Amino acid sequence: MLAKRIIPCLDVDAGRVVKGVRFLDIQDAGDPVEIARRYDQEGADELTFLDITASADNRDTLVHVVERVAGEVFIPLTVGGGIRTLDDIRRMLNAGADKVSINTAAVHNPQFVHEAAERFGSQCIVVAIDAKQVSTTPPRWEIFTHGGRKPTGLDAIDWARKMVALGAGEILLTSMDRDGTRQGFDLELTRRVSEAVTVPVIASGGVGTLDHLADGVTLGKADAVLAASIFHFAEYTLQQARQHLSGRGVRVRTSTTLP
Amino acid sequence: MSTVAVIDYGMGNLHSIAKALQRVADAPDQVIVTHEGDAIRQASHVVFPGVGAMRDCMARLGELALIDVIREVSRQKPLLGICLGMQALLDHSEENDGIDCLGIIPGTVRHFGKDLTDIAGSALKIPHMGWNQVNPVGEHPLWQGVPPGSWFYFVHSYHVCPSDKADQAATTDYSFPFTSALARDNLFAVQFHPEKSQSAGLRLLANFLAWDGTRNPLST
Repeated sequence: MLAKRIIPCLDVDAGRVVKGVRFLDIQDAGDPVEIARRYDQEGADELTFLDITASADNRDTLVHVVERVAGEVFIPLTVGGGIRTLDDIRRMLNAGADKVSINTAAVHNPQFVHEAAERFGSQCIVVAIDAKQVSTTPPRWEIFTHGGRKPTGLDAIDWARKMVALGAGEILLTSMDRDGTRQGFDLELTRRVSEAVTVPVIASGGVGTLDHLADGVTLGKADAVLAASIFHFAEYTLQQARQHLSGRGVRVRTSTTLP
Repeated sequence: MSTVAVIDYGMGNLHSIAKALQRVADAPDQVIVTHEGDAIRQASHVVFPGVGAMRDCMARLGELALIDVIREVSRQKPLLGICLGMQALLDHSEENDGIDCLGIIPGTVRHFGKDLTDIAGSALKIPHMGWNQVNPVGEHPLWQGVPPGSWFYFVHSYHVCPSDKADQAATTDYSFPFTSALARDNLFAVQFHPEKSQSAGLRLLANFLAWDGTRNPLST
């Protein structure tokens, strides 16, 4: 049966991997190509690159990073941040990305998701949803854009359903309340979105321990879990993450190299 | 020396497959990405990749006059179909309200179906996306050095159903065991993406480049 995926995320700014806390307070974590190579050797199931400033200059830099990584790392690569036009998508796919993640552009123009899926296929269109809890009774999460600064008033679960109806092949769900806090995923949000849609959901935001990764799958019902800092600073390796999930009864890719 | 032609018909990103073939090719081997019929006819090995929808796939092949080229080379030389390129080899697909395909391998392409569940009764997502295990059926040179149960990367919502069981070269479990590889004479086809499947995928591609299109073991 299908394995749950562990996806290290590389937040890229000006050609370097950085890690912010709650999307602010940036720390340098190294060269993206070197880090990608290390994750690949450790057996990452996929890699995600997020352009955190999404400026035009940064995008050119990211295209080169993706080209270099794609030439030597043979696992799926997703690129996100500042993807606004069909041409942005084409450039990233031509550079060697397998999927692109669309965030703000989907909020401004939901039809863009439909056009992108029609042109390139749903399998390469990930819609990134940044959600923040706005009430607890009844529980409600809303979509935020611009790195979590701008509210939109859109209900996160309705939005996820709508994105899938328009052609999203996967949902990358980030809890803005948890991102960078190391307190674990927002499991209730994750479970609600995962149960609401037919496509795979990647849980993101808040991982501080290996138990958090396992919780994302067992309690959050996520199909994949994404984390950045616990892997960047070598607190845990991907092997340790896989072993831990396996020990918690989660089906993961057991051997990543041939004998 | 091998010349491998990767058929470029505008269905998906060929960068990864070309890079992966280059990685495993020996120094004099050539990897070309082309939609020219003559270049495909002259190659020693042909890779037929593709992602997207079957209607677009068949339309593009028609526009580029590649349908006869693929039928012709499929009788002559080692050909590897990948993902949509595998599905297109069959007679007919349920996708896009039903569409005729190349009819090179007898059988049909079906949707996984709604309300798919695992053994425990939990709902399974469509597309089948991620890493799953491939269990070879019988011996084939392309499985050389790839142990049963090796993990490969999949992304698809449709799967092939060959009419002749003898064409089945591997199965994978997703709610039920579906055909994840086909082998018939000089043809081999896989539903997964070897170019995205790390060492197992690279080994399969290396085996393909070393393959003479017969069932004889590879001399490696």
